Amino acid sequence: MNKLVKLFITSISAITLALVSFSSSFAKVEGDYIVLGSAISLTGKYSSNGVHTQNGYNMAVERINKMGGVEVQGKKYKFEIIYYDDESNPKRAAQLAERLIKQDGVHYMLGPYSSGLTKAIAPVTEKYKIPMVEANGASRSLFTKGYKYLFAVLSPANQYLEVAIDLAVEKNGGKGVRIAQAFEQDAFSQDVRLGILDAAKRTGSEIIIDDKLPKELNDMAATLAKVKATKPDVLVVSGHTKGALTAIRQISEMKVDVPMLAMTHCDAAKLSKQHGKKSEYALCASQWHKNLSYKDKFFGGGKKYARDFQKEFGYDPPYQSAESSAALLVFKDAFERANSFDRDAVRDALVDTEMQTFYGNIKFGPGGQNIAKPMILFQVRCKGDDCENRVVAPTKWASDKFYHPIPKWSERS
Amino acid sequence: MDFLIFKAPMLMVQASLDGILLGILFALIAYGMALQWGVMNIINIAQGDLVILGGYIAYTMYLAGIHPAWGVIVSPIIMYFVGVLLYKLVINKVVDRDLFISILATFGIAIVFQQLMNFIFGADVVVAQSEYGTTMLFDNSVTLPNSKIFSAFISVLYAVALVVYMKKSRLGRAIRATAQNARAAKILGVDTEKVYAATFGINAALCGIAGALISITLTLHPYVGLPYTVRSFMIVIVAGLGNLPAVAVSGMGLGLFEEFADYILGTEFRIGAVFMLLVFILVYRRFKLSKKREYLK
Repeated sequence: MNKLVKLFITSISAITLALVSFSSSFAKVEGDYIVLGSAISLTGKYSSNGVHTQNGYNMAVERINKMGGVEVQGKKYKFEIIYYDDESNPKRAAQLAERLIKQDGVHYMLGPYSSGLTKAIAPVTEKYKIPMVEANGASRSLFTKGYKYLFAVLSPANQYLEVAIDLAVEKNGGKGVRIAQAFEQDAFSQDVRLGILDAAKRTGSEIIIDDKLPKELNDMAATLAKVKATKPDVLVVSGHTKGALTAIRQISEMKVDVPMLAMTHCDAAKLSKQHGKKSEYALCASQWHKNLSYKDKFFGGGKKYARDFQKEFGYDPPYQSAESSAALLVFKDAFERANSFDRDAVRDALVDTEMQTFYGNIKFGPGGQNIAKPMILFQVRCKGDDCENRVVAPTKWASDKFYHPIPKWSERS
Repeated sequence: MDFLIFKAPMLMVQASLDGILLGILFALIAYGMALQWGVMNIINIAQGDLVILGGYIAYTMYLAGIHPAWGVIVSPIIMYFVGVLLYKLVINKVVDRDLFISILATFGIAIVFQQLMNFIFGADVVVAQSEYGTTMLFDNSVTLPNSKIFSAFISVLYAVALVVYMKKSRLGRAIRATAQNARAAKILGVDTEKVYAATFGINAALCGIAGALISITLTLHPYVGLPYTVRSFMIVIVAGLGNLPAVAVSGMGLGLFEEFADYILGTEFRIGAVFMLLVFILVYRRFKLSKKREYLK
């Protein structure tokens, strides 16, 4: 019995070894396929956004392949992606990046989900000089390290809510406003905070409450009591989906009246669905909205993308999916302009990217961040019990007027 | 800015009430932990995850169109059986072993529960709506969500019921006997195996109630269980095992401490202050604690 087990284990390991050595013969380009690699969170705490990211990638791969693929030196190639599950764990993500590059021979990478994991992978791709186009790491610190092979299609985190402060100042007749803010203590939210600090300085606004929320926190009552006592002009909250949901729950329960409330992660938190009318008038920063009028030949516009995505995956695309799809469009464009599979040629082509996609304009700044696309703000508005997000800024794409100030709770039905 | 709380007396009232209401809820979770710690000598790292699972049961009811407050009845029933099952599968194998083994085992259970909840309910943060409204005091300057008042009330109700049950019922007496001296109880005919299973079940049921209350007062996510474990651990450490009034007082004390730490030290030090307090108490206890095992009174 024991011998049998041993034999079994030995043969399994032998087969695994053989498979591993076989797969390492995978190269950047296999036959008609350009192989991209990505570590993605399919399990663990980022799994829902990880799946949105993967769906976005897959949708774009399918669409590009169906519409003729990528033409390099007169030959048509198709995209293929090798995925590994990073379990939402930065260490695991870095290991998997090494594995993709060293064992699977991947020469071009797509980013993981979240700033934290992108931060873990970027040093690896940089070390092996592997171009990585990422769509879900917005933390400012990613773009200040001098990475040469990192390209992000999204706007950096510090831009998320700057627009909101500008809007508040505009409503205040150009005078500075009094800001209360509460940010979770993580890389992303703290970057959003830095953006607000800049905006406050620029507009002569005053920050009267500046709370940093611990990661474990699910109760903001103390912060909100302070807000109630000090009556600021704007309340800014950023703490991922938990922060957004907690804030709305407690603002409505404690009847905190603020003229303007700006947040992040409203759509990821499905705020308008989970809290309904309580979330009305909240302003939310977003990378993308389907009503924007950007266009490309693969997906048409945002609305068409949303329809196709809905058909394929059965839900409305969050911006995480849209930006992930855009990453593939960037890669295709870069391969064709480089007209080569040489990593450095592709990298140089990425540097010169200047294009419009359904997701927005894309042009990379010196740090690798997208500098061509502004953030948008939408506001939750309700008709009866039906609430939806409507774009209110920037004015070029606004479908609705920004409602200001928020009516007091005593006047809300 | 720093000492806003001293300038506005109403904030002091608000902070105290918030702290006490939240503290009562924590005390309920801690009481379950104290109970099974005292009886079985097991530190349950999965305590918080049982709470969250209980919350998801209420949330599932909410999705099905049932008011989530009914979760305080349904959730403990389901969780009792989850607890008994857990005992039969894992806990009975570690009950007489080294404390370290039980910590490892329950830590493993915690991870399994987290992943299972993530798998079943998804990684999104969710909330259930009670629509209970708000009580406003002192001309709207102090607001108390009725859902929090409701949870404190339910917690007290269940805690009192449990105390009575422990004192009066046969099983309650058996549990107390086992806690005092498992071997002697066994000799005198108490089926300790059954007592252990019931104790773990009762603990899980308490977690279920707390979870259902958390679903309407705070937020649920598969990975937020640990802070509840840590808080109940602290409350138990401060209060000692099996002393319900002490657990209640130390729960409320912790709630108050957290709220005031938030105002005085700043929100970023809120959790840090709690951990500092834990370290301080542990060191202090180290001096005071004799080697004898404490028992349930």
